[in-house]
Amino acid sequence: MFGGGGDSGYKKLSTVNRRMFIMTAAKLVIFGGIITRLFSLQINENKKYLTLSDKNRLREWRLPPVRGDFEDFFGNKIASNLKVYQLHVVPEQVEDFRYLMIRLRDILDIDSKTFKKILKKRSQQKSWETLIISENLSWDQFAKINFYLHELSGAKPVLSVARNYPYDEKFTHLLGYVAQASEKDLIENEVIKKSHVPGLRVGKIGLEKTFENQLIGSNGIQRYEVNAYGKRINQIDFVEGKKGANIKLTVDTEIQAQCNELLKDKAGSICVMDIYTGELIAMHSSPSFDPNLFLYGISHDNWNEILNNPKKPLINRSIQGLYPPGSTIKPIVALSALENDVISTKFKVNCTGKTEMYGQTYHCWKDTGHGIVNLRDALKVSCDTFFYEMSRRLGVDRLNLTAKKFGLGEKVFNGTYNEEKKGLIPSTQWKKNALGRGWVLGETLITGIGQGYMQTTPLQLCLMTAQLANGGFKIKPKIIYDKKSDSYEKIKAEMEKNRIDLLSDFQQDDALVDFSLEKKKRDTDLYKPLYRNQENVKFVLEAMFASTNEVRGTSYSSRINDKKYQFAGKTGTSQVKKITEIQRELDLDISQIPYKERDHALFVAFGPYVNPRYSLSVFVEHGGAGSSAAAPLAKKLFKTIIDRHEEREKIREKSLMEI
Amino acid sequence: MFKETALSGQTTFFQKLRSMDYILLVCILILGVISSLAMYATDGGELLYHTKSHVLRFIIFFVMMIILSFLNLRFWHATGYLFYIIVLGLLIWASLYGITASGSQRWVDLYFINLQPSELMKIAIIVCFAKFYHRAQINQINHFKNLLVPMMILVLPILLVVSQPDLGTSILIALSGIIVLWLAGINLKYFVYSGLFLLISLPFVIAILKPYQKLRILTFFNPDKDPLGAGYQIIQSKIAIGSGGLTGKGFLKGTQGYLEFLPEKHTDFIFTLFSEEHGFIGSLALLFIYGVIIYRVIDIGKNARSFFGKLFCFGFASSIFVFITVNMSMVLGLLPIVGSPLPIMSYGGSSMLATMIGFSIVMSTKIYQKQLIA
Repeated sequence: MFGGGGDSGYKKLSTVNRRMFIMTAAKLVIFGGIITRLFSLQINENKKYLTLSDKNRLREWRLPPVRGDFEDFFGNKIASNLKVYQLHVVPEQVEDFRYLMIRLRDILDIDSKTFKKILKKRSQQKSWETLIISENLSWDQFAKINFYLHELSGAKPVLSVARNYPYDEKFTHLLGYVAQASEKDLIENEVIKKSHVPGLRVGKIGLEKTFENQLIGSNGIQRYEVNAYGKRINQIDFVEGKKGANIKLTVDTEIQAQCNELLKDKAGSICVMDIYTGELIAMHSSPSFDPNLFLYGISHDNWNEILNNPKKPLINRSIQGLYPPGSTIKPIVALSALENDVISTKFKVNCTGKTEMYGQTYHCWKDTGHGIVNLRDALKVSCDTFFYEMSRRLGVDRLNLTAKKFGLGEKVFNGTYNEEKKGLIPSTQWKKNALGRGWVLGETLITGIGQGYMQTTPLQLCLMTAQLANGGFKIKPKIIYDKKSDSYEKIKAEMEKNRIDLLSDFQQDDALVDFSLEKKKRDTDLYKPLYRNQENVKFVLEAMFASTNEVRGTSYSSRINDKKYQFAGKTGTSQVKKITEIQRELDLDISQIPYKERDHALFVAFGPYVNPRYSLSVFVEHGGAGSSAAAPLAKKLFKTIIDRHEEREKIREKSLMEI
Repeated sequence: MFKETALSGQTTFFQKLRSMDYILLVCILILGVISSLAMYATDGGELLYHTKSHVLRFIIFFVMMIILSFLNLRFWHATGYLFYIIVLGLLIWASLYGITASGSQRWVDLYFINLQPSELMKIAIIVCFAKFYHRAQINQINHFKNLLVPMMILVLPILLVVSQPDLGTSILIALSGIIVLWLAGINLKYFVYSGLFLLISLPFVIAILKPYQKLRILTFFNPDKDPLGAGYQIIQSKIAIGSGGLTGKGFLKGTQGYLEFLPEKHTDFIFTLFSEEHGFIGSLALLFIYGVIIYRVIDIGKNARSFFGKLFCFGFASSIFVFITVNMSMVLGLLPIVGSPLPIMSYGGSSMLATMIGFSIVMSTKIYQKQLIA
């Protein structure tokens, strides 16, 4: 009965107890080991694993940022956002992706090319990234999708925003436009890269591109908890995106619209500027195109139409177009001659229609000649013969200095427009460096009438006229409205002060030395006189008045007698091609010359003549004579500009009150 | 002798009831509650199938355990070999007509329950050895004849379970058996010899291993090599436990669990889920409860007068300890992933049945602790 009893039993018991004791000790050690491991995972490395766990469960979806608006001086939206219906699919949430796509193709009537594009896009994206099937569903399509939605699991009709340009083609060149961000945009701009989502639109050119970083806004972020299969379980976080900054421009939509109207069916440009504040009132280049076309990828036909248009709508003529200024340069030539004491206002030349110099015949535009003309008459009737003689005496280098001082040959908006061109104001040094040949004296003569090497943009001419019209003071052109910038009154006072300062300087030391030391300081020269003797500027302005408002003046037919609207200007007709003797004999009518060989018509003006406030430049490419093709447009525009002035001042006062 | 019989015979039902180990019972109950809550969490905070059947099983098996506790320890001693032979028979049945699931033929269909005999074998082998060594004289234990029979008893079920194939359970059976053999007094040198023998035969064993088993072992050494494939379980388990921190993410808030990043969270990885939600402190508490249970079982064994009861308790305590450590080491990334449930906590009827039978024998030992068995 006593199994294993006795001595043997005792030994057996002691063995098992002893071994159990060893076993228990081993257990404690092993438990200790497990606790140590737990401690190291849960306490020491807790942060690391917490991060990994969050990485597992949290996934972010970035929403497209809402782009800032552009508005004009009066608060009209020039570029804004429109609500659009889009169709999104997140492939990983779709059970049968191919089936869904085929269903959608049938419902939305997607053509095979677009369909292939979407499938290709799908293969390039991560499966949880939103695939945009359609960016702009028509109301019909939207309704249809909603009707079939129950059998289209995974397809999501979404209300989104898209860029909208309510003024269609009117501001295209001034604003630029947006289109889908390209690979290049992402590489070039960190901000775009940071906020990129599929289908993001970014500025491609113009202000839309320049101010991209301010306009773009910030992404909204939806943070979801997802399970191991990628299914969204619940929304953890929603960070609302911030809309990009609204940018207020100095332009006036009404004037801009009229510019568009005036240049309809023509190639050309009109620029209007406040001669004190430098605010750009309008800047239009024609022909233009509808920037809305680029939003969803321009169609082949539309693109070809733009590309094949002989008038080249893609060029922003106001800042990119380089043309010989023609006679519109004459006020500067005259001023330069007076300032350098090359001639006096009493200097006279006998114009017979042509003149022989350096073995070449130089023609005046009027074959019969102007007879004996003085400087005032020469500006008024735009006598080329007079200017040949005067510029011969002046020399190209002195003309170069004056022209540059008044804003020619340099970018007007340095940096605001990437596509802006500098133009060219020739000098002897320039020719030697650029062409490797010496200056030929004959070239001075044609430079004096704005031909030859000289090339300017319409906007430069507008600035030049502004800086003459304000009495000869440097201003800073701007297109972005800034409440804090100097007021008209302040600028005027500043100019007056600088005028008086110069007068006293003039009496003290030799002003000629001071004048020739042209310093390339842009902003520090702001509101400083660009002249040596203001009488010279006044003389030129008065001659321009005569040119428009006196009989025989080149733009007399475009004058306005009403003092309120009265303006002064200078026409220009710049040759595209050298006129041969035969053509001169023929004296063809403009309609008989091939379009590409017709003259460019130009006109610069400022007004009202008493207390001027605005300057403008009109340019009509291959438009013919400035007096008949360009000046009449200015006449129509001036009425609007002056009428709008009061409105503008009201708005300005109101905005000042708000500060 | 008369005295002895009188002692056992005259014990009333209430005396028996009073002499049960209440600390052990309470601990098992707490474990039952914790495991039910954990199961509730794996079901995503809903009363679904796993939770319901787990709770039901726990209640049934717990009641069964208490009833079985009143069986005289002699019954277990008498039926020790029979128990082993029945389970072995079931194992053979499983290998012939068993139900196959996920590539392994482990279950027998008993009409009212699908039984996994390999789980029962974990207990049966201890009962069998306890009976064998209860009779054996200490000086005969290390005789060749007395080594061969236990060897057979041990190797036979292991081979059957390995062929299912179920590496995890066969290792656990082997470990439980070996520990009992050692506790019984088998000379240490035999373990050293067979250890060396295993080491030499290891290359051959590896050659026999199924590709997925090899992969698991390789993955254990470098889980990051294939994070979405074979290493996925270990990595996700470590992330879950590590992210639990000191106090855990909170009940039903274990993201790794409810977002389904955890594999087999009902069964082998239940501790991972528990540890994610209750953190270091919760894990320590769970370990403490297991510790108390093991301590109580050892204590009962110490006070048992019969060698059978003593050896069974010691063996059972050690194998529970082995099950716990193997399971935890596995989910903590200290051992390769082999199928091994956490006693009571893991979902699975056979495992719970086996554990509860074990506890009832322990409890019977407690009630009849003064009794000697011939």
